[in-house]
Amino acid sequence: MHEMSIALGIVQLAEKKARESNAQYISKINIQIGTLSGIEIDSFEFAWPLAVKETLLEKAVKILDVVPAKAKCSDCNHDFDIHNIYDACPKCGSYFKHIYQGKELKVKYIEIEK
Amino acid sequence: MCTTCGCSSTGHISIQKPGDIIHEHNHKHDMHHHHHHSHSHDHDSHHHHGERTIIDIEQDILQANQLLAERNRGYFAAKNIFAINLVSSPGSGKTTLLEKTLADNKDKKKFYVIEGDQQTMNDADRIDALNIPVVQINTGKACHLDSDMVNQAITKLNPEPDSIVMIENVGNLVCPSAFDLGENARVAIISTTEGADKPIKYPDMFEGSDVCIINKIDLLPYVNFDVEKAKDYARQVNPNLIFFEVSATTGEGMQQWYEWLLSR
Repeated sequence: MHEMSIALGIVQLAEKKARESNAQYISKINIQIGTLSGIEIDSFEFAWPLAVKETLLEKAVKILDVVPAKAKCSDCNHDFDIHNIYDACPKCGSYFKHIYQGKELKVKYIEIEK
Repeated sequence: MCTTCGCSSTGHISIQKPGDIIHEHNHKHDMHHHHHHSHSHDHDSHHHHGERTIIDIEQDILQANQLLAERNRGYFAAKNIFAINLVSSPGSGKTTLLEKTLADNKDKKKFYVIEGDQQTMNDADRIDALNIPVVQINTGKACHLDSDMVNQAITKLNPEPDSIVMIENVGNLVCPSAFDLGENARVAIISTTEGADKPIKYPDMFEGSDVCIINKIDLLPYVNFDVEKAKDYARQVNPNLIFFEVSATTGEGMQQWYEWLLSR
């Protein structure tokens, strides 16, 4: 539900950086979204065109990197791919874990045209 | 629901105390979007001439919110204030729990309340009736509070040192989970009229919480809610959660919750 806020946040951040470099417009943007970041990719895709309308990003090619989530079990140290926050360690069954990847919500770079 | 219209949501947010004068026309702004005067159409004509440059950003999208949240946290720490962020679905009894907590403890500690709702001053009026300083944030189209709204609300409240600030978030188990407000503890409330599997249906919220209050336990004889099962689900998401089983209506179990709150 907050995908629109996130999309607008991206626009704000990217436009600020682009203006600092006197960009005419932004031609490309690379965004990283982790699978456990709380962002629904479909909703985000739906929100995007509305968020970028009449901004420097309107014509930008959007490159979305979906980052798969990974966790390390706090009990047995096993490293595993995690699909849901509530997944147990597949090796020892513990729910104590550290999710070290997959919560990303990040603008990696923009390509601007002057 | 959310800020889905794409117009600047800030135009709709209002932060006010009960009794403040309200400008009734504030929604009309929608009609005056600056869309049509925008110069952005000109960009197309420059497309083929410019030089293209890559700018590395590597920045978290929620960084602006996070930075301000840390500022709020610093403010609370400097004044020895304990701030909690109450989150739940609509109708789980957040405001009733808050009213009961305030009524039973306002002589022991100084309390301040920040109420978040999409619309109306109703919740602030309920708190105001208990003579507790309160600020209502109406988020308009937004589905969550953010650290900037809370920052403005604190400025308006100006809480005394050694007090407790209770922030009642917008009733929503999804979006508020992504927005740190600078609180010291996040308290998620579920009620026995909901499904016991709520914690795994909305895991983000329970993962980010410190406390889980199971409310409306007076209704247990009449509803099909398995308390132990709900706790098991919640522990799968967050094994460190602290639980309180209460009825804000009858007062059952509230004492333990008060002890936790006042010992912070």
